[in-house]
Amino acid sequence: MGTQTLYDKLWNGHVVHEEPDGTTLIYIDRHLVHEVTSPQAFEGLRLAGRKPWRIASMLAVADHNVPTTDRTQGIADPISRLQVETLDSNCDELGITEFRMADVRQGIVHVIGPEQGATLPGMTVVCGDSHTSTHGAFAALAFGIGTSEVEHVMATQCLLMKKAHAMQVLVEGTLGKGVTAKDLVLAVIGKIGTAGGTGYAIEFAGSAIRALSMEGRMTVCNMAIEAGARAGMIAADDTTIGYLKGRPFAPQGELWDKAVGYWRTLHSDEGAQFDKVVRLDAAEIKPQVTWGTSPEMVVAVDGNVPDPARESDPVKRSSIDLSLKYMGLQPNTPITEIQIDKVFIGSCTNARIEDLRAAAEVVRGKHVAANVKLAMAVPGSGLVKQQAEREGLDKVFVEAGFEWREPGCSMCLAMNADRLESGERCASTSNRNFEGRQGPGGRTHLVSPEMAAAAAIAGHFVDVRNF
Amino acid sequence: MDKFIQVDGLVVPLDRANVDTDAIIPKQFLKSIKRTGFGPNLFDEWRYLDHGEPGMDNSKRPLNPDFVLNQPRYYGAQILLARENFGCGSSREHAPWALDDYGFRAIIAPSFADIFCNNCFKNGLLPIVLDIASIDDLFQAVTASPGYHLKIDLEQQSIIAPNGVVYRFEVDAFRKNCLLNGLDDIGLTLQHVRKIKEYEARRKLEAPWLFT
Repeated sequence: MGTQTLYDKLWNGHVVHEEPDGTTLIYIDRHLVHEVTSPQAFEGLRLAGRKPWRIASMLAVADHNVPTTDRTQGIADPISRLQVETLDSNCDELGITEFRMADVRQGIVHVIGPEQGATLPGMTVVCGDSHTSTHGAFAALAFGIGTSEVEHVMATQCLLMKKAHAMQVLVEGTLGKGVTAKDLVLAVIGKIGTAGGTGYAIEFAGSAIRALSMEGRMTVCNMAIEAGARAGMIAADDTTIGYLKGRPFAPQGELWDKAVGYWRTLHSDEGAQFDKVVRLDAAEIKPQVTWGTSPEMVVAVDGNVPDPARESDPVKRSSIDLSLKYMGLQPNTPITEIQIDKVFIGSCTNARIEDLRAAAEVVRGKHVAANVKLAMAVPGSGLVKQQAEREGLDKVFVEAGFEWREPGCSMCLAMNADRLESGERCASTSNRNFEGRQGPGGRTHLVSPEMAAAAAIAGHFVDVRNF
Repeated sequence: MDKFIQVDGLVVPLDRANVDTDAIIPKQFLKSIKRTGFGPNLFDEWRYLDHGEPGMDNSKRPLNPDFVLNQPRYYGAQILLARENFGCGSSREHAPWALDDYGFRAIIAPSFADIFCNNCFKNGLLPIVLDIASIDDLFQAVTASPGYHLKIDLEQQSIIAPNGVVYRFEVDAFRKNCLLNGLDDIGLTLQHVRKIKEYEARRKLEAPWLFT
């Protein structure tokens, strides 16, 4: 076989059939399902008189529509409620494992998969959700799919695909104090652009990546799609294996040993060739803040809002103009002078225990600024919430003036009741600053949990390294 | 799936880069459990002056006169001319469903986001990539000439402009065949049932922990 990249190994391990033109039938090991992108797929299956191929490969959870406030009354919005009930009844009918809203294991699909050990190295993992790239942190080939493909996987356990190009993002060195996995991935997106990874599968590698915890690695792979790549991945190592040991869906006993033996092979071979290599020096990365309406519109916290007059490309200049108008920002404004109205700590990017610990440390003993109308901490799952409460983090947040909520996608995309009002500006640990993403007219600045926490206390962006 | 063979359609230009799927169909409309009816809410936040929610009578909502789809000269457009990285962001197939439901049959852009591009092909909507110079030409032509039509021929992989200029485009052979014949992907895959079962049997031996 010669030298192979991690992507080659994952791809080759799942080929069922290949056509002469390269169109390949790829086997899918894990199918995660949520309420928004699945109802039409279940219906399609039913209309065609088909049954799911392998129900044991499926794990379902409602996360987008669930309320993050008191759940004892159920979901108030009847349309949201119907969508969640539709998932419940589809799972009941077919016998699919589902974590319901009252289950402590419920949470954001990309948090609970790894947390349960349902995501394992060497797997192909799909979900009708673009942030499925998160699971690539476990040396898995994981990517988002549309609803037609959700139905395709249900019916056949396979997907028709063509192999992507391979990109390596190599980050060597050590991240500075106060600089996180989120800043690292925002810096990558700032460098290659939101379409820089289109047509590629990205492997993140280098000493700075190896030094990250699994939580940090998930944050990095989560945002591969924000760089245009459907899949992001990181080689398996002791950190990966240590994280998985003892998780409910992970193998045990002899099977564990056999699995670990295989997992240890899941890295790019020495000298493996990539179609493109992008290098970053970890020591040069500063805390990042997005200023516009695309994740590539990002600068370091000590920078300024850009001036469209200095952009020579007319399409880019017009994008900057439109973004600044939408964001209500003046060119050349220092980032640290931007005042905020709301703070959101949560989402599949940054709602794991390590994120909450880091944010709590920043706000401990302090209080949210008077101009901040709402600061929310939304754990990624019921189990993350439980762990945080065991550590007293909930009290730290509440004493600082934060609201401590129930798990779900929440204000990352505002499908439930959590949203920005028009014109409100938010420091958010989520992944997308698109127009209207967090509520119509809402203005989103993407940052790390530490930066969001510091902004909550100061009332404007501050450099968490000097906070 | 509907077949796509030829389209001779009115073109509408959407002159901005990185149009994301949140803009194509905002999240509140994703609560529907159906595949149809998304057309009136396509580009909802740009198209209307008020805030849209599911269940509203869209015909009574105030239109944004500055948004290109609302200009009478573009009513009935079937071809969307766009800028780079069209369809970036979320994997929601509601985006191509909304474009299709509105009446679009093809989108021409310098580049598309991967998942969106895939989702288009599953719905009989043809995403066509042209080089930036051709895209610039088309933007100029469509803006300058009301009623500007293009003739798209998938079999020939060509776009014919009114001035006789022919733009050639690439399309994956497998996807082309599916579109030309309106083939159901799942049906095609199920022709390989034996191979899928063989793969599973082999995989169970190699990686039994995946099947517990």
